[in-house]
Amino acid sequence: MDLGLSEQQEMLSRAAREFLEAECPTTLVRELEDSDGGYSPELWRKMADLGWLGQAFPGQYGGSDGTLIDQVALFEEIGRAILPSPILTSTVLCGQTILYGGNEDQKAALLPLISRGDTIVTLALAEADAGFDGGDISVMATADGGDYVINGTKLFVPYAHVADYLLCVARTSGADSLFLIDSKTAGVNITLLHSVAKYKQHEVALQNVRVPRTNMVGQLDQGRGPLGKAVDWATVVQCGEIVGRCQKVLDLVVDYSKVRVQFGRPIGSFQAVLHQCADLRVAVDGARLVTYQAAWKLVEGRPCSEDIAMAKAFAGSASRQATAVGHGIFAGIAFTVEHDMQLYMMRSKIQEANLGDSDFHLDNLGGYMGFPT
Amino acid sequence: MNFELTEEQKKFRSDIRSFLEEEVPPEHQAVFGVESEEDYRFGRSIQRKLADNGWLTIGWPTEYGGGPKGPIEQSIFSEAMGYGRVPRTGTTALNIVGPAVMYFGTPEQKEKYLPPIARAEAEYCQGFSEPNAGSDLGSLEFRAVRDGDENVLNGSKMFTSWAFRAQYIYLLARTDPDAPKHRGISLFIADVKTPGISFRPLPYINGSMAAQTYFDDARIPSSALIGEENRGWYHAMATLDFERSGLERYASVQRTFDDFVELCKTTKYNGKLLSENPIARHKLAKIKVGMEIWRLLCWKVAWMQSTGAVPNAEASVAFLHGTVQRLEFTQTAMEILGLYGTLMHDPKWSLMRGAIEGIHRESMHLHGAGTTEIHRNIIAQRGLGLPR
Ligand SMILES: Cc1cc2nc3c(=O)[nH]c(=O)nc-3n(C[C@H](O)[C@H](O)[C@H](O)COP(=O)(O)OP(=O)(O)OC[C@H]3O[C@@H](n4cnc5c(N)ncnc54)[C@H](O)[C@@H]3O)c2cc1C
Repeated sequence: MDLGLSEQQEMLSRAAREFLEAECPTTLVRELEDSDGGYSPELWRKMADLGWLGQAFPGQYGGSDGTLIDQVALFEEIGRAILPSPILTSTVLCGQTILYGGNEDQKAALLPLISRGDTIVTLALAEADAGFDGGDISVMATADGGDYVINGTKLFVPYAHVADYLLCVARTSGADSLFLIDSKTAGVNITLLHSVAKYKQHEVALQNVRVPRTNMVGQLDQGRGPLGKAVDWATVVQCGEIVGRCQKVLDLVVDYSKVRVQFGRPIGSFQAVLHQCADLRVAVDGARLVTYQAAWKLVEGRPCSEDIAMAKAFAGSASRQATAVGHGIFAGIAFTVEHDMQLYMMRSKIQEANLGDSDFHLDNLGGYMGFPT
Repeated sequence: MNFELTEEQKKFRSDIRSFLEEEVPPEHQAVFGVESEEDYRFGRSIQRKLADNGWLTIGWPTEYGGGPKGPIEQSIFSEAMGYGRVPRTGTTALNIVGPAVMYFGTPEQKEKYLPPIARAEAEYCQGFSEPNAGSDLGSLEFRAVRDGDENVLNGSKMFTSWAFRAQYIYLLARTDPDAPKHRGISLFIADVKTPGISFRPLPYINGSMAAQTYFDDARIPSSALIGEENRGWYHAMATLDFERSGLERYASVQRTFDDFVELCKTTKYNGKLLSENPIARHKLAKIKVGMEIWRLLCWKVAWMQSTGAVPNAEASVAFLHGTVQRLEFTQTAMEILGLYGTLMHDPKWSLMRGAIEGIHRESMHLHGAGTTEIHRNIIAQRGLGLPR
């Protein structure tokens, strides 16, 4: 038993933290909120140079052969820095889907580009009436000669405006298939949604969008297979990002409680304050352990659906707690835009909802426990 | 990173589990604190068998009869004992008094006290709390005054669990009233038969029997002083670090939770399985997550100990979460059972032999090794460095 990170992983974390503290201060996060791209191409390039964008791809595809545990460790730091970028959708969700489902040509062509940061791919899955877990997909792909013609509207597509490809989940004969759509293709219409934290997510309307059959990822009607595996993977990564952000909120609150003086003493000496900090510490420690356990099981190839559900359910509740404690203890100042607490709070909502919120995963867990639906 | 035990450890776990499964059939399992005479004797007999197998003191250093193993094996043992719901006996002796004597005792004391503990023959109770000293234990007033080669004890101890089964009471007494409060306290082991010691029964709500203990000029030999005079507070605190994982408590609750989930899947009420109620399903899934977090937090403490680290805030993190989680579980389970939750051991109608009602009472024990508030203080002050 060894519940700690390896020395190498610790080094990676430390290096990532130092890098992000220097390169991604919250002033940059604020600037990027107001930028069109919503991420920094310069920083993106540096992340590519550090090997982050191909972290978990095999070396033959330009990756660094990292494991999911390595990736969770990195995303703790990314979460801590609330780094805005398409890294989760492009390199993790789409990257893993291509890795699991793509043919050799697709992998060899795309993965090196993704890991170099030259190509951004984003997942177009959710719709107005279908969450990420696949209510009925209404976007249709119809075979037409050597092509498919895709029609319908996708929603909540992150970074679609800067993506080179959309990895689109579309209904084919009876089930779902995956298509890589060049975002420049005629008939692709991308509209920014007005979102919390100015998050760059979009409506993507597809009107008679023609894609060659060779752009199908995985087998016809079997897109859910590789996608599901990638979603599992990405859910654990998402938990890592949440844990990192919550730890940061805890650190900020603790630091503040030591220096903010009221009634002649630091507020951290008031038990109403310190007990909230203690409770948050329990939540963050627990969320971290359950996340790494899920990562470890996935790496070891063991059944881990339950563990993933537990991780996301608990990370979600830790996240809500961090928001409540943060705003409670910083009090008035946290209600101002100039204070950073709101940055963490706004992003918490995106991360809690992404890939299923606590209730969704608790419901899944109920199923795994053998409760009838 | 590795969340798993080694093959050898797994073998140990499965050996001990099958041993306990065989030796402790359901009718002998202790779901909560009831200790009938029969349960107690049974618990002791199991411990003797465990001692014969060399398992009882597996976490002790080899020189005192322990296994050549470490905190992980100790934790595996604790977890198996909890999950097997083995009636608890001798816990204070094994986890608290034994280590204190090992670390701070004289060679004569080691010879006198340790072998009976290791053979599951000696039973101890703990006399720390007093009527006016609970969380603020350091303010205790109980006196020990040196008189020749004896110490004269006066005062009263509160919440003496096991008092009626113990041969010895392991206690803290003030030996220097003029010293700063933590520096005037000493540790003693007193024979409960010592003239001047008496007990007032203090039944607990979980069905077990404790006492308030009175000392009226009770004279014990000075050789019963453990460690240095006036260093008792520090000795006692150091000894607390021996078994910190809390896995036994976790595992016994997990077992009841597992049974309860099974019950929900097989029991109909209002024409439907309890598990078909979507609200129950959701609540139980949430409890399952909380239980898993508890398990992981306990194992983190065990793992830290296995690396030689001394968990401090981490142990409080596990303890606090566990205490809150247990209450959350039992209240939820009571809610799901509705009126059935009000049945204790009704032979005809109670479900799980009244276990949920019992563990619900047990879960009001929110303050074993410190109240939840005290654990929060420890986490915040020692773990997070917040000011006092
Ligand atoms: C089942 C059971 C078995 C026990 N067995 C034993 C035993 O064998 N031997 C033994 O010596 N003792 C035993 N105890 C006693 C136990 O150790 C005490 O109950 C515990 O230390 C708390 O003390 P108290 O109950 O006097 O509460 P108090 O200390 O009076 O606390 C009352 C309330 O005030 C709060 N409080 C106190 N101080 C602070 C603070 N600094 N900050 C915030 N809140 C605070 C507490 O959290 C609590 O909510 C047992 C108790 C129980 C319930």
